[in-house]
Amino acid sequence: MTDFSSGTRLARVWTNAGLPVLGVVIAVTLWWSLTVFLRIDPFYVPSPADVVESFLRTPRFLLQETWITSQRVLVGFCIAVAGGLTIAVVLAASRTVERMAMPILAAVNAIPKVALAPLLLVWMGFGDPPKIVMVVLVSFFPVVVSTMAGLSSTPADLHELARSLSASWWQTFVKVRLTWALPQVFVGLKVATPLAIIGAVIGEVVNPDHGLGSVIAGSGASNDTPLAFAALALLAAIGVLFFYVMAGIERLLVPWARAISS
Amino acid sequence: MITIDGASQTFRGRSGPVEALKDISLTVGAGEFMAVIGRSGCGKSTLLRLIGGLLKPTGGRIAIAGDRVVTPRRDVAFVFQRPALLPWRTVEDNVLLPVEIFKWRRPQHRERAWQLLEMTGLGTFAKRLPHELSGGMQQRVSLCRALIQNPKVMLMDEPFSALDALTREELAVELQRIHSELGTTIVFVTHSIQEAVLLADRVTVLSARPGRINKIVDVDIPRPRSFGLNAHLDQVAVASAELHQLLLTEQHLPTPPTD
Repeated sequence: MTDFSSGTRLARVWTNAGLPVLGVVIAVTLWWSLTVFLRIDPFYVPSPADVVESFLRTPRFLLQETWITSQRVLVGFCIAVAGGLTIAVVLAASRTVERMAMPILAAVNAIPKVALAPLLLVWMGFGDPPKIVMVVLVSFFPVVVSTMAGLSSTPADLHELARSLSASWWQTFVKVRLTWALPQVFVGLKVATPLAIIGAVIGEVVNPDHGLGSVIAGSGASNDTPLAFAALALLAAIGVLFFYVMAGIERLLVPWARAISS
Repeated sequence: MITIDGASQTFRGRSGPVEALKDISLTVGAGEFMAVIGRSGCGKSTLLRLIGGLLKPTGGRIAIAGDRVVTPRRDVAFVFQRPALLPWRTVEDNVLLPVEIFKWRRPQHRERAWQLLEMTGLGTFAKRLPHELSGGMQQRVSLCRALIQNPKVMLMDEPFSALDALTREELAVELQRIHSELGTTIVFVTHSIQEAVLLADRVTVLSARPGRINKIVDVDIPRPRSFGLNAHLDQVAVASAELHQLLLTEQHLPTPPTD
């Protein structure tokens, strides 16, 4: 359809990699110049240099904490996705169950998860489990909602086709509805990735032991704002990485979605 | 092949029952091409869905090859107004969808799928995805998907109405060829007089609200027919004029001034 001459390929590299990098560079420069020109005390807002310096003081420790938080995010996210997909499929399969479960789900989602953190401490004590549970609690609802929306978005003509072929419920579900729902599922997954990180940090800040959330909680106690910023920067990096990994998986699994939506 | 005996369909609407079809009696012979024509909302599609077993008639009886229709049958295939292809499946896999759903053996039917694609001029597109094809080609794929069922009866619901005029004519001529090759019984719902005259052995004209058979018109023009210049232009004109007359009755014309 389109011929990719060397010129257009260069243009694509520029729009896919060049522009995002440029955006980051501009943002950091802006931050830096604000701290310099407005002479902001590093105690309030440290400059990028202060943050990097703070990171370089204990790089191994910070990377270790990053890894711990990432693990909690990953485990919790996987549980949330598995659970969310299962619940969505069950709800899509039975209208009765859906009607019964919907108010409970909405209520659970409306509870501020921060308020649950002290309870989780009481129930599960320290260590990984309360943090992972927090990740699951925060990130599973978008997965459920988007999957259900996707499963009920099958076009009428495809339903009619399946019916005219006497396809069983299961055949229709697997061959038509589920795949049709995938683009919407990924919308939910992309909403859920940053939420998962937020969940892990909530768990760690409220109940600190390890992880970047604990680093932030500790830095507040020792008035080390640059360290808190370093931890925040690392969290942001995890977030970006997760988001792009998710987008990559989406492109692999549903390459057709972009084509039909454009 | 198809016997419709006093079939009626009443839908329960919000403001009371709506009669879509009333007392339709009709037989379609084996290998016959029957067009059903009528103004929009006259129940053409409802009739097709009754024949296909997608809807249960509220009155009367419908039988295919002597068996009463209660559910969709494997030897009855639908072609819808829109191609209804699965966007993630290649053309070939879309054609093979009925084979999978019927749990038939795939390798055996693969060859048949290729034959059908070849026959409709899609041989080189078997591995493409639907969105890479034009609307006319997509509708050809859905025709192949219907034909892979090896249907005795094909039910087509305004299959070309979403296409541009030239593609529509091209596909109509092609359908005529396929019909003469395979001898499938076809019920073809349309609102195009031109299509009906080109394709049909007989044309059932439905009147609107509730849909009733107004008249069944025989089209005795020799085949193969075409849209171009041919020896039967006068017969085409007569048949078209008759259908026009039936569809646009006096009540739709402005009344002449009476002074």
